[in-house]
Amino acid sequence: MSIERLIRNPFMLEIRNLHAGVEGRAILKGVNLIIRPGEVHAVMGPNGSGKSTLAQILAGREGYDVSEGEVLYGEKNLLEMDPEERAREGVFLAFQYPVEIPGVNSTYFLKAALNEIRKHKGLAELDAVEFLALVKQKMKLLDLGEDLLKRPVNEGFSGGEKKRNEIFQMAVLEPKLAILDETDSGLDIDALKIVSNGVNRLKRPDNAQLLITHYQRLLNYIVPDHVHVLFDGRIVRSGGRQLALELEEKGYDWIIREEPQFA
Amino acid sequence: MPSGYPMIATPQNRETSVADPLLKSFERLEKSRGEESPSWVFPVRKAGLARFAETGFPTLRDEDWLYTNVAPIANLPFQPILDFAPRDVASGSVDQLPLGKLGGVRLVFVNGSFVSDLSVLPQKNSRLRVENLKTALIKEPNLLEMHFAKSARVDDNPFTALNTAFFQDGAFVHATPDSTLEEPIVLFFISTATGLGNTSHPRNLILAENGSRLTVLECYAQIGEPTGFTNAVTEVVVGESAAVEYCKFQDESPEAFHVASIHAHLGARCNFTAHSVATGARLSRNNIRVKMDGEASDCVLNGLYLTKGDQLCDHHMIVEHAKPHCTSHEYFNGIMDGRSRGVFHGRILVRPEAQKTDAKQTNKNLLLSDGATANTKPQLEIYADDVKCTHGATIGQLNDDSIFYLRARGIGLETARRMLIHAFAGEIVERIQCAAARKELDDLIWDRLEQNPHVAERR
Repeated sequence: MSIERLIRNPFMLEIRNLHAGVEGRAILKGVNLIIRPGEVHAVMGPNGSGKSTLAQILAGREGYDVSEGEVLYGEKNLLEMDPEERAREGVFLAFQYPVEIPGVNSTYFLKAALNEIRKHKGLAELDAVEFLALVKQKMKLLDLGEDLLKRPVNEGFSGGEKKRNEIFQMAVLEPKLAILDETDSGLDIDALKIVSNGVNRLKRPDNAQLLITHYQRLLNYIVPDHVHVLFDGRIVRSGGRQLALELEEKGYDWIIREEPQFA
Repeated sequence: MPSGYPMIATPQNRETSVADPLLKSFERLEKSRGEESPSWVFPVRKAGLARFAETGFPTLRDEDWLYTNVAPIANLPFQPILDFAPRDVASGSVDQLPLGKLGGVRLVFVNGSFVSDLSVLPQKNSRLRVENLKTALIKEPNLLEMHFAKSARVDDNPFTALNTAFFQDGAFVHATPDSTLEEPIVLFFISTATGLGNTSHPRNLILAENGSRLTVLECYAQIGEPTGFTNAVTEVVVGESAAVEYCKFQDESPEAFHVASIHAHLGARCNFTAHSVATGARLSRNNIRVKMDGEASDCVLNGLYLTKGDQLCDHHMIVEHAKPHCTSHEYFNGIMDGRSRGVFHGRILVRPEAQKTDAKQTNKNLLLSDGATANTKPQLEIYADDVKCTHGATIGQLNDDSIFYLRARGIGLETARRMLIHAFAGEIVERIQCAAARKELDDLIWDRLEQNPHVAERR
């Protein structure tokens, strides 16, 4: 990215006063968040605060009503884009619950996805040989066996394998903005280290990561530049990494008590 | 009406005229056959006729026919296709049919009659015998008498009874003990007859003796736009420790009627895998019967049906566990579009002796239009106490979570839908062990789905 462009539009993602809900029930009540290239942000919060809703809306999941606010992705209005357009433009969601798709071969799926993205970028599609070479290299990063590629997408994978597979897909697709929704949940410490190591090695000055997590644990391995606390549909506090440690020590109640509107 | 022949009942009127053409045909057939057949055949035919006379065509009141109205078949003028039916089919045209690219042994039947010019028989002194049933009845009357109409009992269903009375010809496949044949045997049943009610009754007997291994493929297809009725029966006898893979592909014209009954008898420690893939016919019904009559055998039944327009496709299975330690698994997927209907009815019957039975049944249905219907009816009838029997059925549209997952990786909505529909069909096709048949059916099913306007349609 050129310096001029950075100056003109330094934000990768700008969420402005986002209000959204499901079937008349408000979940997000005015979220503001700015992410710049090269940054790692963590959004933390107790259950039901709206963390996963935020991730789903950013990825384009249908079924949410956005009643107010907007989301700018570079210069584009993200909320007007189809999920596949967002993905082709570099938005990636690592699912909290990766979906099992029986009958769709993993290699076939990932090659189709990568080639859609490459086509969108004006790059030549990879043939089977080129794709396999790329995939083998990326698999090492996540310590995944090659047999996984012969199996249907996520079918019969263990919880840990599913999460590693998400990050493996991220490694292959090389998104600009990766949103990791509770990627740490259900992982034992060894798997957590592998996943975190993978994520860290994918970090570059021109991409960004948004970690959605309930626990501080993940942040021992992926160090965020900014930590935000989401509570009742709003970001009620933002800070540096220290904030996550304080949350670990004192829990969420401490912040909630300090917030004037909840006191 | 000549004495000694029973009256034939029909669902409309139990005293009506369907009886006359049936009886006339039967008498005419009897005369035309003369001395060629062994003497035991005629009583078998007569028993079939008597049974059909008793039951007539089934009606919707019959529990086994709840969702499938066969009145369109019952109302057809009864016109069995006899030996004088046309059988002139250009030799190259068989190669163009589904499964036509497969080499090796093949038997070709046109409107029910065997066409030797189009067929390829196994080499002499081979341990495998493949010939048309008529020839086999003359050459091996005793061997055939031991097995013929023993698994396919005339009281199983009216169509098997009707076939037993009127069968013309079919295939006889005999694998001697411990023989192995890697290449599949392909049986083609080609309809060309356009006369309303023109009926062929193919009759096949597959005899896999102890320790033998073989693969038999049946293809029911059309040349032109035939409107006839095919009523096939295939009996399969699987000996001890034998392994048989059987695959039926039904691709008849969308105006045709098709009923096929597969009756399998399984000995001990054997393996029987059957696939039924159905894309054709206005109304089709597959009766699949398996009797597991020896210990520790394994049976897998797979089915895939694609229907559109006003098609109806019905699969009706009865798997009988008569001996202990047997497993049976059924996997059936249906994809319905237009105003069509898919029916699955699977009964698992576990006899008191059949302890340690492991039976599983799965039926999944994908509806591509608002007008399409799926009926699914699992039925467990268990008389043993130490068994594991499960069944599951789903009817629905494409899974939104799966579509979103694919789209979130950059795959467009249309492509995502197509991937999932093809995958749904592929779940069954990939179970076909015979690689050549699997490959060809995979391509065929892919093409059929791609022809379907709803497959890539944006909702």
